[in-house]
Amino acid sequence: MEQFTGRVWTLGDDIDTDIIIPTEYLAMKTIEEMKQYAFSPLRPGLAAQIGQGDIIVAGKNFGCGSSREQAPEVVKALGVRCVVAKSFARIFFRNAINNGLLLIEQQDLQDDIEEGEAVTVTVNQDVEYKGRRYPIASLPDNLVEVINAGGLVKAMRKRNGLDL
Amino acid sequence: MGQTVIEKILARNIGARSVKPGDIITVNVDRVMLDDIMIPFIVDKFHEMGFAKVWDPDKVVLIYDHLVPASQQDDTRHYRVGDAFVEECGLVHVHRSDGICHQLMTEAGYVKPGDVVFGTDSHTTTYGCVGAFSTGIGYTEMAAILGTGSLWIKVPETIKVVIDGSLPDGVMSKDVILRLIGDLGADGATYRALEFCGSAIGQMSVASRMAMANMAIEAGAKCAVFTPDEKTAEYCEIPLNEFQRGLTGDPDARYLKTLSYRADDFVPVMACPSQVDNIREVQELEGIRIDQVFIGSCTNGRLEDLQAAAKVLEGKQVAPFVKLIVTPASRKVYEQALACGALQALARAGAIITHPGCGLCCGRAGGILCDGERVVATNNRNFLGRMGTSKVEIYLASPATAAACAAAGKIATAPCWKG
Amino acid sequence: MGMTIAEKIIARAAGVSQVKAGDIHTVKLDRMMSNDGTTHLTVDMYKNKLKNPRIADAGKIVFIVDHNVPSDSPKTAASQKKMRDFAKGHQIDFWEGKGVCHQIMMEHYVCPGELIFGADSHTCTYGALGAFGTGVGCTDLLYGMVTGSSWVLVPETVKFQLTGKLPRGVYPRDLMLTIIGEIGANGVNYQVMEFCGDGAKTLSVNDRMVLCNLAVEAGAKTAIFEADEIAMEYVKARGREPKAVFQSDPDAVYAREYTFDLSKIQPVAAKPDFVDAVVPAHEVCGVRIDEAFLGSCNNGRIDDLRVGAAIVKGRKVASHVRFLVVPASQEVYLQAMEEGLIQAFMESGAIVMNPNCSVCWGSCQGVVGENEVLISTGTRNFKGRAGHPSSKVYLGSAATVAASAVKGEICTADRL
Repeated sequence: MEQFTGRVWTLGDDIDTDIIIPTEYLAMKTIEEMKQYAFSPLRPGLAAQIGQGDIIVAGKNFGCGSSREQAPEVVKALGVRCVVAKSFARIFFRNAINNGLLLIEQQDLQDDIEEGEAVTVTVNQDVEYKGRRYPIASLPDNLVEVINAGGLVKAMRKRNGLDL
Repeated sequence: MGQTVIEKILARNIGARSVKPGDIITVNVDRVMLDDIMIPFIVDKFHEMGFAKVWDPDKVVLIYDHLVPASQQDDTRHYRVGDAFVEECGLVHVHRSDGICHQLMTEAGYVKPGDVVFGTDSHTTTYGCVGAFSTGIGYTEMAAILGTGSLWIKVPETIKVVIDGSLPDGVMSKDVILRLIGDLGADGATYRALEFCGSAIGQMSVASRMAMANMAIEAGAKCAVFTPDEKTAEYCEIPLNEFQRGLTGDPDARYLKTLSYRADDFVPVMACPSQVDNIREVQELEGIRIDQVFIGSCTNGRLEDLQAAAKVLEGKQVAPFVKLIVTPASRKVYEQALACGALQALARAGAIITHPGCGLCCGRAGGILCDGERVVATNNRNFLGRMGTSKVEIYLASPATAAACAAAGKIATAPCWKG
Repeated sequence: MGMTIAEKIIARAAGVSQVKAGDIHTVKLDRMMSNDGTTHLTVDMYKNKLKNPRIADAGKIVFIVDHNVPSDSPKTAASQKKMRDFAKGHQIDFWEGKGVCHQIMMEHYVCPGELIFGADSHTCTYGALGAFGTGVGCTDLLYGMVTGSSWVLVPETVKFQLTGKLPRGVYPRDLMLTIIGEIGANGVNYQVMEFCGDGAKTLSVNDRMVLCNLAVEAGAKTAIFEADEIAMEYVKARGREPKAVFQSDPDAVYAREYTFDLSKIQPVAAKPDFVDAVVPAHEVCGVRIDEAFLGSCNNGRIDDLRVGAAIVKGRKVASHVRFLVVPASQEVYLQAMEEGLIQAFMESGAIVMNPNCSVCWGSCQGVVGENEVLISTGTRNFKGRAGHPSSKVYLGSAATVAASAVKGEICTADRL
């Protein structure tokens, strides 16, 4: 079972896509250029602080709003290992899976956790924080397929006979 | 077992007798919409995936709207990438300055009742106004559709919303959908379909239904759908076939829940900063000073919206030191508003009338505000920082309310509202 | 000794009977205009650099938001808010989104014989009504706002004798670009261009505005026409009275004299990146364009929209071209709606924007990208003026711009 530990950044409910990456920056050429502006309307300094392997823990409806796929892409580009939230908005969820950004639904963790603490995630099993284990559900099979293929782009390349 | 409207559309699409919520199905896509913000990313992914041609160029519509007119030097790069893709794949449906994508998709006849449609913008839910299944996706999935013509989806559960009766004067469909979002919450319909019915819905124009379908995403909905009727047929300029006429929810269909409203109970409301579900009655907010009003967007930039605003502002002036920005939803709407005099009335009242496009709603130009400023807007989102800094307060309202606010220079109810 | 119109206006404003070129005089200003290009800086100086500042006469000051409308960033919005709040606090006339500053000044304020400072180089436009308008920096403007006065070095006047009448299909813009091409971008540095002669009588106030407006592109301090019956009709129709009506004396001193025969003028274009790089328009025909712009304080008036609309009517803008049409003011816009011009532009596929400076100064509307080509009725074609430094701007008349938009490459109206 895949397991990893990371430092936590906490966010509230309804973290919308305009917060994750404002429209102003959407037409930049690359995700790398964009990522410094992630979360800037809410927490301007946050993007610079997030490091490789960190974990975001948020409330309900994370990623609500627009279909901009730049949103999960910047989160991933910042080095975020996974986002644990009470719930995710639908389009964001699909976009994240298609880009190989792991999303985990968990109802209680956000209420208990302090920013800066570490949690240990055991995929498809639980999140462990200060000795308490917060159970998480398994992903549906069709999503696991996409993730196992390494994202939708890789799945399509395979289909087109490129990466055999 | 009966079927909901969305279940009927999806079952027909895959050639099945029925589908049920939770089924994972692969749909055949009838039409896709690509917008200018996303086009460079779509094209990159399309090539990265190894596709050489689009599955069916006739089913693809490319629309430049977020970046028209260009407000930054790099914006025109998106046009160049789009134009090159048009050339490469032989695309035939391209709009470079005709208005907002969601307005054009139904207005120009690209979406018909019963179609399955995807777009690279969350407000793709709008096309449910003519009884289509439509929803927003990211650019990677769009690239995959362009290559394959198909996409997997999970059949959503349906929430039924029944509204009977007649809406009071001064209450628009915007007030209805705002109230509904307030009741459901910003995630109240996540992964679900909204199905609207009832006598008040039957009385609504397709334009009014569009405003509601458009904002369904603000409650998290995957899609929203209205049963096609004579108004739909007239709007789409087609006779409805048997399948399309049959797109009603069966009496024994399974709904997650049913919400019932009396149309007469609705009142003018606003979504207050900075959540779309933070709904309050306009009357309670009266007197709050404002700096700007925006009438436009794929939610409320249509002819009936401009006419409602013009009616309020006819013979009046926008309050001193307050700006009113009007951005019609499409070239056709602009021309119709000119023909009926609504645009002139707004211009005489002092409105700043821009070319059709996303304008201020997408927050790149069109009237951006600064710290401490307050705006009343008819669009769909009042998220933090959506129209400038995070210290800009955005109130969402109907066009009639917005116009009344512009004239008063503060939050006010439209004079036609008798409360 | 005789005086020119410009000298007489300065003498009046200085309260003396005689001035001559080279004199420095303290003058009372009749009017001051400031727009959102710089007003926030002026307001900052007023608040931070002056001790107990006060406005001498708010009635003489006009603030106009026209450069970034609607605003494109929180920064722009903040500077406009600063301007709005200051105007509100000091009872200064304030216009926002109603058009380009110079057009608004002409429609609502400028009177013959006035001396007007504007914090914008194209303030020279007001000479079309026999006023002395000139562009100043915000320090000069601030001094004027607080004291009501300023100093002026009396410029020499250069006489431009106009004869004949422009041929059909040739416009005042062709005439002025031809003049600038001939005398050069610094041809009348710190001098006044005085337009006179029979040819001047064939020009309407709107036509005269086109000439005066571009005078600064030849380096002029200002340009001026005598306030004749044509000017007086314009002023009276708008319920205003002249401050003073001056004519140049027969023995007035001119630095130089030029004669231009209007009947010989042909459609011309200015090539990138200089306003005086003027060539016959047919020489640049065939250059592929990405964008066309009809508007600005130089060429966004009703006459220009009529010319453009007549050309696009029944035709379509080329699919690869963005054709931005931007009326110079709300008054022009309403008139154009009444005459069916806006309808014609919309039907052709043009992008019709709200009255403002727009593409002319390339800040936030119709910005041109890398290596793109624009043909414009704007005031300037300097490098990067309308967007990316690698972009190219050609200047032409409304007719040439509209014809080019349809053709997709530079094209004169007669060849469409």
